[in-house]
Amino acid sequence: MKFTTTLAAAAALALGLGGSAIAQTKAGFIYVGPVGDLGWSYEHDQGRQAVVEAFGDAVETTYVESVPEGADAERVMTQMALGGADIIFTTSFGYMDPTLNVAAKFPNVKFEHATGYKRADNVSTYSARFYEGRHVIGLIAGRMTESNTVGYIASFPIPEVVRGINAAYLAAKSVNPDVQFKVVWVYTWFDPGKEADAANALIEQGADVIMQHTDSPAAMTIAEEKGIFAFGQASDMMQFGPTARLSSIIDNWGPYYVERVKAVMDGTWASVDTWDGIAPGMVEIGEFSDRIPADVQAEAQAASDAIAAGTLHPFTGPINKQDGSVWLAAGETADDGTLAGMNFYVEGVEGELPN
Amino acid sequence: MDFSALNPVSLMVSLIIAATPILLAAVGELVVEKSGVLNLGVEGMMIIGAIAGFAISVETGNPWIGMLAAMFAGAILALIFGFMTQFLMSNQVATGLALTLFGLGMAALLGQSYTGMKPPSTPHLNIPVLSDLPVVGSILFSHDPMIYMSIALVTGVWYFLNRTRGGLVLRAVGENHDAAHSLGYNVVLIRMGAIAFGGACAGLGGAYLSLVRVPQWTEGMTAGAGWIALAIVVFASWKPWRLILGAYLFGGVTILQLNLQALGIGISAAYLSMTPYLITIIVMVIISADRRRASMNAPASLGRIFHASH
Amino acid sequence: MLRLEPRQQASSTMRWLTPILAVAITMVMGGFLFAAMGKDPFEAIKIIFLDPFFHETFGPYSRSQLMVKAGPLILIATGLSIGFRAGVWNIGAEGQFVMGAIAGGAVGLALYPAEGIWVLPLMTIAGALGGMAWAMIPAFLKIKFNTNEILVSLMLVYVAYNFLAAMVTGPLKSPDGFGFPESRSFTSVDSTHLPMIYEPLGMHAGVMVALALVIAAYVMMERHLLGFQIRLTGESPRAAKFAGVNPAIIVAVTLGISGALAGMAGLFEVTGPAGKLTTNFPVGYGFTAIIVAFLGRLNPIGIVLAGLLMALTYIGGELAQLSLGIPAAAISVFQGMMLFFLLAVDVFVNYRLVWKKEVK
Repeated sequence: MKFTTTLAAAAALALGLGGSAIAQTKAGFIYVGPVGDLGWSYEHDQGRQAVVEAFGDAVETTYVESVPEGADAERVMTQMALGGADIIFTTSFGYMDPTLNVAAKFPNVKFEHATGYKRADNVSTYSARFYEGRHVIGLIAGRMTESNTVGYIASFPIPEVVRGINAAYLAAKSVNPDVQFKVVWVYTWFDPGKEADAANALIEQGADVIMQHTDSPAAMTIAEEKGIFAFGQASDMMQFGPTARLSSIIDNWGPYYVERVKAVMDGTWASVDTWDGIAPGMVEIGEFSDRIPADVQAEAQAASDAIAAGTLHPFTGPINKQDGSVWLAAGETADDGTLAGMNFYVEGVEGELPN
Repeated sequence: MDFSALNPVSLMVSLIIAATPILLAAVGELVVEKSGVLNLGVEGMMIIGAIAGFAISVETGNPWIGMLAAMFAGAILALIFGFMTQFLMSNQVATGLALTLFGLGMAALLGQSYTGMKPPSTPHLNIPVLSDLPVVGSILFSHDPMIYMSIALVTGVWYFLNRTRGGLVLRAVGENHDAAHSLGYNVVLIRMGAIAFGGACAGLGGAYLSLVRVPQWTEGMTAGAGWIALAIVVFASWKPWRLILGAYLFGGVTILQLNLQALGIGISAAYLSMTPYLITIIVMVIISADRRRASMNAPASLGRIFHASH
Repeated sequence: MLRLEPRQQASSTMRWLTPILAVAITMVMGGFLFAAMGKDPFEAIKIIFLDPFFHETFGPYSRSQLMVKAGPLILIATGLSIGFRAGVWNIGAEGQFVMGAIAGGAVGLALYPAEGIWVLPLMTIAGALGGMAWAMIPAFLKIKFNTNEILVSLMLVYVAYNFLAAMVTGPLKSPDGFGFPESRSFTSVDSTHLPMIYEPLGMHAGVMVALALVIAAYVMMERHLLGFQIRLTGESPRAAKFAGVNPAIIVAVTLGISGALAGMAGLFEVTGPAGKLTTNFPVGYGFTAIIVAFLGRLNPIGIVLAGLLMALTYIGGELAQLSLGIPAAAISVFQGMMLFFLLAVDVFVNYRLVWKKEVK
């Protein structure tokens, strides 16, 4: 069945009949939150819509939202595969094992798992180098803070989050030696009330710039209310803090999704590991606010450009770990393996990494 | 670590804000339970209030109309529960849980077009001189009006339950519905009133969350606050004043643990996050062990089904 | 005017007729809901209720998933129903579920990579003990200090969630997991992998144990002295006291049993469907099971049917999202409606509707 679908798709494309209904490629998406979370799942759904826009009737997309990780995810993926999906995007780390299990049962269906590390012949992985974005906003934070205190709302102590804290801290420190990071772990990805409380606690402790690695825009609204600065996370969040928002790190999955669906249509899909950053546009830096002085804007833009050009790596030595031991010698850059499993603070970050 | 960085005044202000949604919902549930009805659907009514209050505020540009709408929406949802448990005599525990499921889904459906919007801001009280007083000014005289409302509501409920004839009747219904019925009181009607009041309070608590505490609408934003409100009612041993103690204690520990983290205290955040729940349990144990009689304050007919069979 | 009049005796016809009636009303009202959202109502209802059984492509797989999804609900609800019949309000089964999974999982991880068929039974016992221990906290506080078990068991759910987060980011974190917050996989080692007994119906070992315990619970409640004492305590605490029943023992036993069953369900979940301990493996079974217990009228057979019905709406709901693009929120509204109707029409078991002239 899959064979005929591809054949039909190929034929349709060859004949220039991209819009033909019989040639539809089916793409399925599984989200961990509601598409209305305005954060993680929202941006993945924006990616899905980019696919629809790019291919029109040649593609049929389906999605299931708020799917808990684990057993429920495995069932939903299986149903999608049974329903004739050609490619399935599983957009949360916790979907890793279920994706592998289902992929083993459906060798003809392509799977794309976000942020995981296990692959198979029909399972690709993809993730974004958000730490590149963290570097850029870290620079801005370091320049903009007047109290020299940056507050950081963190979800769970996992490498992804730790990497973000380290990258932002190093960047801020490089432009402001006196800067201090205060980190609050809320142990949730999504609880607007608690995120708001955490933002208040950080402001209380003197933070005048807030960064977050949780999903809701609660911290941004608090920053707006208290008249301090913050950055959009996952989505731009401009509407929540028109004056507070300095910039944002936007997850832009659209180009990747379009490319992968196209590969399925063309029959060129292969299992790959993608870890893209600013250069291909998977990580986008939101527009700079007018409140950032022109020279700081230029500096941040230059850093962003240098990262994109590959001339700047946010983790370039000398960098010591928090305990003072040497991590990277001068000029050395971090390898992807260490970054992927990062479970330590760099020197200068205060507090203990929960472990 | 420098504990002097903890400013007790602003901690107080933060904890009051964190506690108010729970307090509002809890005071409503207390009245419901005093009338002998256990409504576990607080979470569902809160979130319906959160979206109704948010949506109406956005549409009208007036947060107060939004708050009224939230109370109305919470009460409507509560009346579904009331109709089922009072007229159709369905099981209260299960119906309450179903109400939560229904409310969460309904709120998400209604809220689809409101994500990402900004509500009109709720003005804060600013009394010349008083609000500017050091310490007392920020703790007592500079909040948004809803906080004073919540305290007034607790006072009002206390007064109603203990000092008025209506309150006496309500409590009688909760203690022994058959006796109240034979005295000629309309048990079902009184309970429906209590249930609607509880729904309105929960709705208001939800609206406080979406209009003041977080100001935004996101799906599932109550994130368990309704359950905490239920626990606070039990914690308070069905005494209105203790609701304030319970809610502020819970809010206070939550705020304090976040502040301690920001200070860089060396206790694992996961364990610190448990403290609000553990301390609530511990205080509850002390209260119930210390004054055995006080803890027997539960309305005797709580959760029992009433049918007028004459 | 219309009014309800108690029946002399509960109607046995209504006992099985009301659930069918409720599902029928749900179909109609649900149809209106979906129609209002611009979806084909007939199609939606068919997908939710029939496709999981009969659909050509989805049916065989969905059928096998029904028991997988219903299993933990049934197991937890069975335990809870025993307490509820005694008037002991354990609403913290979710926490006991989590602690059971942690305790049993920790045993499995400590023994890793031991082979042998004794590993899983040992883990199951540890899981049951873990859940039981967590439930004994409210039991102890209630017996000793008369502290309300609703508050304590509920608060302990959140403590358990945080404890789980501490465990999977700390001691139980997989050493090969690149620092991600999860334990080693239980399903990748034979000795800790819950075996599948009969695939087409999704009968893994946990489901079999659950069904066996449903029968055991039935026997205990209906045929055993303890069951009688439990029911008596629930119906009339004073009569129970006169009959020499020690209320402290009833509290301890019922909370202990419900905790043990919930803990076991947690262990089965992580060694089977979920596969490992993560911060997200608990998906609210402990709370949903409370509804299942009452929908099943606190009766074992009822609980099995109610668990299956809940599972059906979950699975059918996913299919409806998949094929019709109905949002998840609409599915939970639909589920809430179904529960309302099921609970509402139950009134006809014990009451009948009569037409009476108003007598003043």
